Amino acid sequence: MAIDFLYPEFEVVRDQSRCIACRVCERQCANEVHSYDEDLKLMVSDESRCVNCHRCVSLCPTRALKIIKSPHTFRENANWTQDAIQEVYRQANSGAVLLSSMGNPKQFPVYWDKILINASQVTNPSIDPLREPMETRVFLGKKPTNITRDQNGKIKTDLPPQLELELPILFSAMSYGSISYNAHESLARAAVEMGTYYNTGEGGLHKDFYKYGAHTIVQVASGRFGVHKDYLEQGAAIEIKMGQGAKPGIGGHLPGTKITGDVSATRMIPEGTDAISPAPHHDIYSIEDLRQLVYSLKEATEYKKPIIVKVAAVHNIAAIASGIARSGADIIAIDGFRGGTGAAPTRIRDNVGIPIELALASVDQRLREEGIRNEVSLIAGGSIRNSADVVKAIALGADAVYIATGALLALGCHLCRTCQTGKCNWGIATQRPDLVKRLNPDIGCRRLINLLTAWEHEIKEFMGGMGINSIESLKGNRLMLRGVGKKKKELSILGIAHAGE
Amino acid sequence: MKRVYVNEKWCLACHLCEYYCAFANSGEKSMVKALKNLKINPRIHIEEKNGISFAVSCRHCEEPLCVKGCISGALSQKDGVILIDQNKCVGCYTCVLSCPYGAISPTETGVMQKCELCTTNASGTPACVKGCPNGAIVFEERGTV
Amino acid sequence: MKHIIIGNSAAGIGCVEGIRRLHPDDEIYLLSDEKYHTYSRPLISYLLEGKTDLERMKYRSDDFYEKNKVTFMPGERVVKINPATKKITTESGTRLSYDDLLCATGSSPFIPTTPGYESVQNAFTFSSLDDALALQEALTEESRVLIIGAGLIGLKCAEGIRDLCRKITVVDLANRVLSSILDEQTAPIIQKKLEENGIRFLPEDCVASYKNGEAHMKSGKVIPFDILVTCVGVRPNTELLKTAGAKTGKGIQIDDHSRTSLPNIYAAGDCTECLDISSGQQKVLALLPNAYKQGETAGINMAGGDHSFKDSIPMNAIGFFGLHMITAGTYEGSVLDKSENGNIKKLFYQDDLLKGFIMIGDVDKAGIYTALIREQIPLSSIDFDLIAQTPGLMAFSKKYRDETLGGVRYGY
Repeated sequence: MAIDFLYPEFEVVRDQSRCIACRVCERQCANEVHSYDEDLKLMVSDESRCVNCHRCVSLCPTRALKIIKSPHTFRENANWTQDAIQEVYRQANSGAVLLSSMGNPKQFPVYWDKILINASQVTNPSIDPLREPMETRVFLGKKPTNITRDQNGKIKTDLPPQLELELPILFSAMSYGSISYNAHESLARAAVEMGTYYNTGEGGLHKDFYKYGAHTIVQVASGRFGVHKDYLEQGAAIEIKMGQGAKPGIGGHLPGTKITGDVSATRMIPEGTDAISPAPHHDIYSIEDLRQLVYSLKEATEYKKPIIVKVAAVHNIAAIASGIARSGADIIAIDGFRGGTGAAPTRIRDNVGIPIELALASVDQRLREEGIRNEVSLIAGGSIRNSADVVKAIALGADAVYIATGALLALGCHLCRTCQTGKCNWGIATQRPDLVKRLNPDIGCRRLINLLTAWEHEIKEFMGGMGINSIESLKGNRLMLRGVGKKKKELSILGIAHAGE
Repeated sequence: MKRVYVNEKWCLACHLCEYYCAFANSGEKSMVKALKNLKINPRIHIEEKNGISFAVSCRHCEEPLCVKGCISGALSQKDGVILIDQNKCVGCYTCVLSCPYGAISPTETGVMQKCELCTTNASGTPACVKGCPNGAIVFEERGTV
Repeated sequence: MKHIIIGNSAAGIGCVEGIRRLHPDDEIYLLSDEKYHTYSRPLISYLLEGKTDLERMKYRSDDFYEKNKVTFMPGERVVKINPATKKITTESGTRLSYDDLLCATGSSPFIPTTPGYESVQNAFTFSSLDDALALQEALTEESRVLIIGAGLIGLKCAEGIRDLCRKITVVDLANRVLSSILDEQTAPIIQKKLEENGIRFLPEDCVASYKNGEAHMKSGKVIPFDILVTCVGVRPNTELLKTAGAKTGKGIQIDDHSRTSLPNIYAAGDCTECLDISSGQQKVLALLPNAYKQGETAGINMAGGDHSFKDSIPMNAIGFFGLHMITAGTYEGSVLDKSENGNIKKLFYQDDLLKGFIMIGDVDKAGIYTALIREQIPLSSIDFDLIAQTPGLMAFSKKYRDETLGGVRYGY
């Protein structure tokens, strides 16, 4: 119907003088954009199906393809933007909630980009990380507040359970189901190799991956999918997911079409049933309730594993974190509003939650003020894009960071943000066997290792530049940060001075 | 010796290996110039059926039936690589008759062609290996076939 | 160790290469009654056709003997082998001793006794380079050529000289061309191709007598000709070893190590007979690949190795005027005819094995069928319906593919 017509968002530009009609684009597009016209003897495209994932562009051997944004426009309007108009059309047609994937793409301030890092000059000399040792190892978990001694006067060294990380970066939760088996295998193997951890998300743990258990964080979320005794015992730590940055306050929904075979077995639900994670944990309505779950899990695993509580960054995050710290949790993971998702209501994703930079700074500050910062480690997530973001997060008070979107990019994700269709051309956010096999974990794992190795080098360079040789000395060291172009209030929340001060 | 090995688990049937092969052996500098408006005749071939696919090219057998059976002496083995001297080949098809993998095929001129592991062109590492987007074709030392 | 090789064609060369696989320094003497550097006999028709030349048809490079440290003795016909003293004698009187000997004396064209044959001016056979060069010399654009025998040699000869003469007639006793490798259904396709190219075929007939440049046929037909080429078949050259006391049947009898019944004496190639595993019969398999492999086997064993070659089968790849055909094995058992679009494909199978096949036209990947016969792969272990339609590795088990394509080693 004409009233529903939406002009395709992208144009597939094919340079026919370069195209050799090898049809690789056609074979590789799960959205069936490309086809060969036998009469015309030419490759043709149906751009209305294109999601701009670049699979065809990347594999075209003659660089004959590019995807551009369609220049087709509505009359210019700073208020009623093209997106705003088209979303109305869509909803007027469907009567449904709009769905999106990956993190909030809107024009909100990225505080990372307004923070600058210090370096030593003349006094307090810088350190060359290629010549001198640089410590990036961190331990996550409760730390003792006081030194205690035994009867013989010796210092007690038995700590509560800790997660040991060779560098302060973990892969955050992505469930098997939302991402593919091969994506999980890539993450798991890279975590083992790099001495860090990946996270099951709320999808259970595939039996094949039990062997990576020592580098696995197992998640317990509101749907309790895939949670059983062996599962909890396999993990190095257990994460209670209270919220997710991309969709604070709401639950999750993995459609039945994705609950097939191994995914269904791993989640412990019948094939084809929708996996609905409720918005709240139905047994948690207070910090006391949370404490019960924390200790239930500790009991179940004999107090051998740290318990992480993951929450979305929301308005009163500092108070929430304070409560969590008092619930017995060992680690708090805070997920900023730019964090990714396999599917979320667009409107929620784009309008709920707060930036991780502000949340992190205020949580760290609050916990210090309350004298309970030692009770918990902090993991910050929600769009850590590079090693500079990592360094800034740590200086703002994080013990470590979670990355997921960055890891998926390393695996081939081109951020087309159509995970919810299940037709990921890069073999990541899909369960279709022909698509899943496009991600060879040998390649995926190597690329993740490369990414983390590169970041590790850069982090060490930053540290050396600041004259710091241990990442512990950077933690919460806000003197190493300055803001530019931000208002006083923002700087005050971040707890940093303006550049020049 | 290093050989081309195929792991069908990762083959996507994208057919890029065939195109990179045809290009590498065309002697042209641009793939467009080499392959445009052409039905390619590569030395590696994808077999595919019911979601299974894999590339087949010369295995460079240690006991090569094609070399032993070649009536003209055009096929030979040098440092393990089975080479064909197209100048000597008369296109008798005895190698097609002999090869258990179907890895030798005729050129447009009737003489035979086969994978020579890109030792006789400018590719360096075999072009199919370089062109495979998913590591399904690798060039490795793995003992004998 | 001192090895003597009699014969300078595929089997002899295979033997040299076989010995050299194990021993770089053993003495090798290679004697040939011909004067040429090793050349490919099957290429003589291609030579006349102009598809190769004397240089390119060399079976191995010019430095072959030197590189392999072979004492090459061309033009030396061996007349006697004495297994007791381990000595040989040549026509020129040269005597050589050996530790091991390979007899690769090949075969000779058979010429049936026909009244008047001696009086034919230009009578040729077609199995050696000298034969081909002599024939080429005699041919003129006006020549009318009569070829006796429509087998592989006769027809390749006809194709080779097609553009060098005016008229070619091929006669055969059988009712079809290539009667040894094609059946009644498929032979006419080749016959048609030959006829399209101006080659006349006379089936079920033979020459009763030659008189005044004419062949008087049994059927009563009279065929005038200028040049006669007799290609009715070849006979293994067994005399030398037979005299020395070796067991012979149609050919010299050898085992799967290419050993004859005489100690330290091996034989290989067209002079031998061996087991055809597709039919289970002893046969003379006068085929170049067979000759090479037998020679190579002999060489390895002469050099002290232990090598056997036990999967001989009849097989032929041949083409006429661009129409190619490949056949192999024995045409026994049930027939699966997968011919389509003018391409012939007939598969013969029995007892869960592929026994033989005939392919004409599209012969792509025919070697996969050959392998099924040669390796006696149970058809129940593969997808026979699929492979019958499209030869490929898809029809085999994943394990087979992992091993052959993936280099995966499964423990057994």
